[in-house]
Formats: sequence, structure tokens, C-alpha cells
Amino acid sequence: MRLKTRRNTPVWLIAVLPILSILVAFIFGAFFIIWAGESPITAYIALINGALGSSFAITESLTRAIPLIFTGLAAAVAFRAKFWNIGAEGQLYCGAMAATLVGTGMIDLPSIIMIPVLFIAGALAGCLILLLPVFLKTHMKVDEVVTTLLLNFIILLFVNMLLEGPWKDPMAMGWPQAARIIDNGVLPTIVAKSRLHFGIIIALVMSIIMWAILRFTVWGYEIRAVGYNQQASTFYGISINKSVLMVALFSGGLAGMAGVSEVTGLKGYLTLTLSPGFGYTGIAVAMLAQLHPIGVIISAIFLASIYVGADAMSRTVDIPNYIADILVAISLLSVLVGSMLARFRIVWGK
Amino acid sequence: MLELLELILTTSLWAAVVRIATPLIFATLGELICERAGVLNLGIEGIMTIGAMAGWLWVYQGGDLWGGVVFAAIVGMLFGFLHSILVVYLGLSQHVSGIGITMLASSISYYAYTMIIPFSTTPPKIVAFSAFEVPLLSSIPIIGGAFFNQTALTYLAYILVMVTFYVLYKMPLGLTIRMAGENPVANEAQGINVLLIRTGAVMVGSALMAIGGAFLTMSAFDAFYFGMINGRGWICVALVIFASWKPGKAFLGAILFALFEALQVRAQLIGADVIPYQIFSMMPYFLSIVAMMLVARRAAYPKALLVPFRQGDRI
Amino acid sequence: MKKLQFSKICKNFGAVVANDNISLSLGEGEILSLLGENGAGKTTLMNILFGHYISDKGFIEVEGKRLTPGSTKASLDAGIGMVHQHFTLAENLTVLENIILGTEPLSRLWSKKKLAYKKLEALSKRFGLLINPDAKVADLTVGEKQRVEIIKALYRDASILILDEPTAVLTPQETIQLFKVLKEMVNAGLSIMFISHKLNEILEISDRIVVLRHGKLVGEVATKKANKELLAEMMVGHKVTRPAYEKLEIGKAVVELNNVCLNASDGTVGLSNINLKIHEKEIIGLAGVSGNGQFGLASILQGLTHPSSGEFKLFGQSLIKYDPRYLTKSGVARIPEDRSKEGVIGEMALWENFLGEELRSKAKSGFIIDKKKAVNNAEKLIQEYDIRCEGAFASTRLLSGGNIQKLILARSLSNNPRFIIANKPARGLDEGAISFVQHQIINAKTKGAGVLLISEDLDEIFELSDRIAVIFDGKLQGPFDASSLTINQVGLMMSGEMKEGSFNEA
Repeated sequence: MRLKTRRNTPVWLIAVLPILSILVAFIFGAFFIIWAGESPITAYIALINGALGSSFAITESLTRAIPLIFTGLAAAVAFRAKFWNIGAEGQLYCGAMAATLVGTGMIDLPSIIMIPVLFIAGALAGCLILLLPVFLKTHMKVDEVVTTLLLNFIILLFVNMLLEGPWKDPMAMGWPQAARIIDNGVLPTIVAKSRLHFGIIIALVMSIIMWAILRFTVWGYEIRAVGYNQQASTFYGISINKSVLMVALFSGGLAGMAGVSEVTGLKGYLTLTLSPGFGYTGIAVAMLAQLHPIGVIISAIFLASIYVGADAMSRTVDIPNYIADILVAISLLSVLVGSMLARFRIVWGK
Repeated sequence: MLELLELILTTSLWAAVVRIATPLIFATLGELICERAGVLNLGIEGIMTIGAMAGWLWVYQGGDLWGGVVFAAIVGMLFGFLHSILVVYLGLSQHVSGIGITMLASSISYYAYTMIIPFSTTPPKIVAFSAFEVPLLSSIPIIGGAFFNQTALTYLAYILVMVTFYVLYKMPLGLTIRMAGENPVANEAQGINVLLIRTGAVMVGSALMAIGGAFLTMSAFDAFYFGMINGRGWICVALVIFASWKPGKAFLGAILFALFEALQVRAQLIGADVIPYQIFSMMPYFLSIVAMMLVARRAAYPKALLVPFRQGDRI
Repeated sequence: MKKLQFSKICKNFGAVVANDNISLSLGEGEILSLLGENGAGKTTLMNILFGHYISDKGFIEVEGKRLTPGSTKASLDAGIGMVHQHFTLAENLTVLENIILGTEPLSRLWSKKKLAYKKLEALSKRFGLLINPDAKVADLTVGEKQRVEIIKALYRDASILILDEPTAVLTPQETIQLFKVLKEMVNAGLSIMFISHKLNEILEISDRIVVLRHGKLVGEVATKKANKELLAEMMVGHKVTRPAYEKLEIGKAVVELNNVCLNASDGTVGLSNINLKIHEKEIIGLAGVSGNGQFGLASILQGLTHPSSGEFKLFGQSLIKYDPRYLTKSGVARIPEDRSKEGVIGEMALWENFLGEELRSKAKSGFIIDKKKAVNNAEKLIQEYDIRCEGAFASTRLLSGGNIQKLILARSLSNNPRFIIANKPARGLDEGAISFVQHQIINAKTKGAGVLLISEDLDEIFELSDRIAVIFDGKLQGPFDASSLTINQVGLMMSGEMKEGSFNEA
């Protein structure tokens, strides 16, 4: 069996690929549903209903998509340069901590200034924490996969420590959570009687900005070049270290903003369960979007719908809601296979 | 300080060290074998999780302990096979595939467990392996009682370190595996199928990872907890680099790491009032990062690691 | 009965005809040379022989017996051994390990190393190929590595030995050594197939010569009856014209290296006290076996590495800022050694690779890419240099080696550079492309550029250079006037011998 390079990738294939991958995931997922003793048809109908069956469901799916857009963008930018930032989860919490630090009473400014300040603080926190793995990679050749991953555990323990200690909200009746974000820092809801908040606008804007940077600027060229071929990039005079640094700042910053968004828009305060793995799911989001910043929006909404739908489904049908994680994991692997088929054709024999 | 020295000289500390080290030994050996053949297997965290769940499940449903170990190994192998198809045969990104496999294996573990035990207030226990002494060797002062009064799986770990060393360095098969990780074209020029060798190595490595996970539910503890692997898989990836891809060093690295971990647990009890326990819990992860920093510059990565092999490549 | 017989071998890859009805034979105790340009079909034929490909039609016989197609193992068992052009050795393992790989069944529980040592010693002595079995391959010289490759084949009891471009990386003296070994092997009963494009060597070593062109066998001639012109014409199909050499009046110095030193690092040899002046309108050829410091020197001149000490004066000014972009803007043209891996980014479009070195200098407001201008420029150059492609937006990885080189030349030379550093520019190209490249370099010289030509091909160096320098172990000898040197002298200098007269006549 050999792989032959295709001369060009049909455009329809690129667009259809994520949808095909999710379909494949649903097909394989059906086996797990049968294993649980339920009918896949019933289950999937319940899932789709739960995700899109009412206007409330739709707003829930969109709300769930917000952090996924941010972490999806974070992964997409990093992976473009082949910088394997698996630490979005930790960077998210760093952003959340920054928002908590600044937004629970340290300063009080009108909303229109306060909210950007919180987002910038969160982005900075996300960037800064990623600087350690970046430094280790550029100056000591330490692989970033393991360092970013291990940092996640460290950061979560740190948050745990803060929430049980100095940041414990005395008014929270014993639950480990931090104080509430002050009113001026809270993101307004944009659809009445729903949880859909302004964060989605910020997320969409960031997508467009990242797309523009990648497509039209020299930085975008350099990021892509470094991801494709480091030797030639150096020949062209591109500084690998500077590009990696830039990628990390964007990536860490975006992940940090995810944390700010959840704290100021959805929950209102920092807890340990703020993120059920948004950082990791962001990787699936990015891959399904084939690392395209605008595609990330659609891909995030798709995956968010699966989670929201699975939650609703698990209330009516006796299936653990982990089915959503299974579906997402299969989608990720499917799109990986699919993206290869877009580039190559399989030729049998010698 | 004196207390620390005294502590190091106790059998009970070293017994804890060996217990902590055992899953690390299995998983590090497993990842080492994969990487020696040229494949990075980031599915390790997920495979350890599903190994833990599978082993526990087998026994919980009435099976015997060794059956559980074999079942866990087979499940691990299956995920190793999946990873191989994606990265060895199709040449896809080893990073992304590995993370996908971790996500898949973990989520299937939790899904299956939740199906079987829907209301997990207290995770149900099983009867785990019990420890037994090795005559003569267990009489060695201090360490004898620690290293040679353990459960069967730990003894299996010792044996596997030696077997791995032997296979890699003394058998033609091992040379072929090492060559697959250094210059696979050389293998092809001798008529050896590189794809088969790499797949085999990944499957065997994954089986070992799964057994490492199973140790946690079948030997160390006796129930399955969500998140019980807790980053150990990633720590083992760091340990492989720290061990320069050598089985003997992997064993030493795991013991050394476990020593710090065991000390950290005890330090927690002593310093609990002054230093929050979370700081101690962070130590293993910090240590792993430091370990990587120490060796990264001189690390002799297998030259073909992460490089997919396409048949008919430039000869 | 012939030792090895190819009968009517045909192999197509899609629309490309790689081998067209090729029949040739190798006699017992014969040295047969297979001559052809890159792309003539030599590699495909050898891959079929070795079981990596299966021919569409035709078959191969070894001593009258059909060879099982598609099985490397069958070929090895039939006694066919190959010494590859790009060594199939693992750097991190020892010589012994590299040699015994694959010779023992995988089911064997104990690797019989003692026997292996004995056999190696015997082979080593027999053929005069001295090696140290316990040495790590990474520590060996190129010549030693080739010896290991040869012993690998002999260890498997090969009776037919195929050597693919073996002298590409050897000095003239090492080549003589190799030929001695080959003759010894023939005496011991081996038959040898020698693949090369170096006409001098083919004429020296072979008994018979077979020429391939565009997949067909176009000629067969006994070496006694052949000469260079005949072979070149058979290889290319028409009379070969290489550009005429013309000495011009040199101008001022464009590059001046004064006592430049570079510390050795990571297995690459450093540089010691390099003194070199390159002037307008001259070509300086730098000869030397790969790995003697060319990499470091090229790196400095391309703006990629800072020398550890010494001065690099570019166009009269001491260079402080080592930035490839700055060099390109100032009028330096860089033709890198590895054109497809270093010279272009395959996954990007042609227009993006044309833009590459000037990315920032041609950007609007310093950070927005001026796509329209870049695409226009690309299209203009594609036409001017006749680059075969599917347009400026096509992916660069689809280009052939020759066209990639055209792209590199187009973007570097179209700005009328004053200094050109050309690192093995014609390596691996077919005659047509080689001629094109050399013409471009000579044109540039005529227009006033100073050129440093780094090459392993002594013929090329002598054809094009005004002055020749030799690098060995990081030290420079010369440059000397080209007319004052013979190939043999240069060969000796490449092995470290010093020319009578001084070092470093800049």
C-alpha cells in the first residue's frame, strides 16, 4: 500500500470533511448506545432535540460553544506552527484567576472599560503561564507537549489551594468557590431568558481577527511557514523562536480569555468545576475545523451541541452523558483520517 | 533533616516507594518500546485509564485476578493497534492521534463504568492481589522487606525490565526494533517490514501501559476512581526521556521518582499546618518538568521518532 | 549463461514511463556500468531488482533462475547486494549492529555476536576494508561509512554487487582506493554493476557500459571502444554544450573574510582562520569533501550563522547584523544546498516561495502582505525562466527538482545580485537543467557579480572557476588560479595534503 499525493484537494472535500467525521462518530457511537441497552435512534433524537429542539436549547448550545471557540482558536493557532499546546485547560484557569483577582473588588470601572480590562488581564495570565514551556522549548529543547500538560495539573492544584484558602468566599456556605465578579464586570446576556451572553460576540470577533492575521499579515505567513518547514523558514530569515513565542502568546491569550468568559459571563465566580475539559475539547474543535479560525466557530457550535444534547438525552434515556466525550473523540480521529484522504490517495500494491 | 535520613532507612518507606513505582515502571517501559520503534504514543494516559477500568471490571464481574490482567493487556493492545493504523500505516500526526486515543480510551472507561455502577457514591471494591514474600531476598536489610514483599504484579514488573533489556539488546528482534526507530530504511533494505515491526512494538507497549493502569485498581487500591491516573501517563513520557530510552534507567528513574513522591506524601502530614497540601501534590509534576530540563539538551532521541515511514521511500 | 539478466522490463507510474522494455545482462566477473541522467530510469530498475517495485512486464533471472518479484528477501537470498547512494545506516548504533541487521531470523533468541565478529574480521582482511565493529556510526567519516555499506552487502554473501553513485562523496584518492577494492572483489568471483554519471570513472573502472535515456536502453558499448564525448552524447541524445569559460577583468572585492573562525558544534567541523576575497566578475570554486567545513562557511556567507571570531566584510562594510533578509536586500543571492527542504516551503504556493526572503521588505506598512504585487512578480518570473508548473498558486511540492532550482535562481538572480553563493547548484539535475544553471551563473558573473561555487564535482569546478580553493578540516587552501592546478592536485588537497607554496593566498 502506498500513498500518492493528490495534485489538488477538491474544495468540496474540505468543507464536507467535518460533517462526515461527525457522522462517522454518530455511527460508531451507536454501538455504545446499544451496549447500554438503548435504541440509537431514540437516543440520537433525544440528543438532537436537547441541543436544537427549542429556542432555549439553541441558546444553551451557543452558550456552551463560547469557551470552545476560544480554546479552539488557541489550539488552531498553536497547531498551525506545530507548537503542541495541550495546556489550554490550565491557561483557561489562569485567565479565570486573573479575572477573579481583578474583578472581585480590586477596581471598579464602568462596564465598557471593566470588561475589556478583565479580558486583557485574563489573556495576559494565559500568555504568561505559557511562557515557561515556550522558554523551555526554545532554549533547552524540551518538548512542549509534556510540559504544557503537566502544568495543567499544577495549575488546577493551585486553584484548588486558592479556593480552599485565601479566596474562599465566606458567603458561599462551605462550597469552595471564589467571590462573585462585581456587577460592572459581568457580561450581559444578549438573549432574554437565556444564558447566552456577550462572550459570544467577543469570541466571534477574535475568530475574525485571528483569521485576518493568519491570512493577510507577515506574522501569519511566518506562523504557517514554521509549521510547515523549519529549515526553509530559517533560510528565509524567519526567527523560529520569535514565531513560536508569538504563537504561544496568541494561543495562551485566547485560552485565558476562555476562562474570563466563563467566569464573567456564565458562572459569575471561579470554581474548580469551571471547565469540564474545555481545553482538551478545544483540540477536537480545532482539528474538525482543520485549523481554520472561521471554521472553528462552526465546529465549536457542532461539538457544543453534542454536549448539550447529551446532557438532555441522559435525563430521558438511560445513557451516561460520557457518550458526548466518546462522540467527540471519534470525531477527532475521523477528521484526522479524513484530512489525510484529502491530501493523498491510497494506492494498493507495488 | 535527621528525621528525613531516618525515614529513608525504613522498610515501610521503601515498600511505599515500590508500590508507587510499579505502575510507572510498566507504563514507562511501554512508552519506551513504542518510542524505540519510532512512535510517540500519547495515548498512554487513556490506555492506563482503560487498563485500570478493564482489570477492575473483569474481577468485579466474577473473574480471576490474572484474567483481569490479561484482559487489561488485550484492551490496551487494541488501542495500540488503533494508534498504529493511524500513525504507522496512514502516517498521521502522532501527537494528534495520541491525544485522540487518550480522549477515546478515557471516555469509554468512564462511560462503561457509569453504565455498570450508575450511582457511584462509594466505588465498589474488589479483592485485590495480596503481597507475598520472596524467600532469601526478602531478608536483605531494609530494602529486602520492601522490594521483595510485594504483589505478583510488582515482581512481574521487575522481570519485564530485564526481559525488555534482553530483547532490545541481545535479540535480533530487538535490533530490528531499534533500527526502526533510528533508520527504518535500513530495515527495508534487508527485507524487513517496518510497518509490522512498528505496529507490533506499539501494541506490546500499549499492553504494558494498560497493565500499569490495572495495577492501580488490582493491587495498589482495590476500586476504580474517576481521574485515578492523574497525569501519571504524562509523567512516564517525561521519564522515558529522562531514562534515555534504556530499560535499566527507566527502572531507576521510576524508583527515584517514586521516592520523591513517597517523601512528599509524608511531608504533607508533617507540614500540613504551614504549607497547604496542594503544594506537595504539585511536586511530582514539577519534578517531571525539572527532569526533562536536565536531560533535554543531550537527549539522544531515536532519530526516526515521529517520522512516518512510507514504503518505497528514497532508497 | 549470464550472471544476471533483465528481460524486457517495463514499469509505468501512471502516465510516466520509467522503464521501457529494458533488457540487459551482467556477466560473471564483469564490471558493468549503468550510465544515465537523473530520471533516466536507473533507480527504478534497481528498485525492481531489489524488490521494492514490481515490474509491469518482463522478468529478471539470476544464473538462469527466475527471481521472485517484489521481495527484497528473495533478492538478498539470490545473492544480490546493494550499496546505496544515501547510506542506510543508523547513526546511534554500532557498525556491527548495522551490519548484522536482518541477517538473523527474528525468532532467534540469542544474537550470535561472536560469530559475527569473526566473519567481519575475515571479510575485512580479504578485501582490505578496515573497520572497527564497535565504533558508533555517527563517529565515522563518509569514506568509512561507505566501507560499512559495502561490508554489509558482502556479509550477506552477495555475489552480485550493485553500487549506486558510490564516488559522489569520495575524494579522488578514496575513489582510487575503492576501485582497488572492486577489482579485488572481481578476482574473488563477484560481478559488479556500477551506476554513475561520472564519465571519467566509468571509463576507468568498467568492462562494458550500458546507457539509459528517458527509460529506454539506448546503447551498449565495450569500454575499450568508448570515449567521453560518445558517452555524453548517448546519455543526453544530442551534442552537449556546456557554457564556454571566459576570464574577465575582476572588479573590487564583494566579499572579504578575514581570519574568520567558527567553533565546531554538533558534529560539524568548525572553521579556522579563513581568509578569502571574492571579487566582482569572478567565480571562485570551493572544492572539498562534504563535511569539511563547507556547511559552516556557507552558513556564515548566507547570514545564518555568526562567526566565532574574525570579520566578514560584505561590499566593503563589516557585517554586524546576520540576517538573511538583510543580505538579500543588500544584493546577495543564496542558492542553498538542499533545494527542496531548505530552499522552498513545499506546502506553500509558488508565489509565496518567490516572496519568501523578501517577505517583510515588500510588505505594506511593514506587516500586510502585498499579495497582488507578489503574484504578479511570480507570474512574470515563471514565464521568464520557463518554470513548468500549474501557475503561481500551485503548490510548490508538485515541482520537479529542476524546476525548484529554477524558482530559486529566478528569485535570487532577478534582482541583479552582486554576490552569489551557490551551494551544489547542479546536484541531482539532468543535463538540460545543469546546463541552464551553469549558464545562469556565468551570466551573473558577466553582469558583474562575484560568485562562490561550492561543489563536490571537480569537473564542474574546473569548468566554471577562475580560481579554486580547497577546504579540508575547516581550513582553506588557496584560492589558486584554476589554470595552475590539476585535478589530481586538488584531489590531494581535498584529502588534507598541502600544496607547496603558502596557505591561504587570498
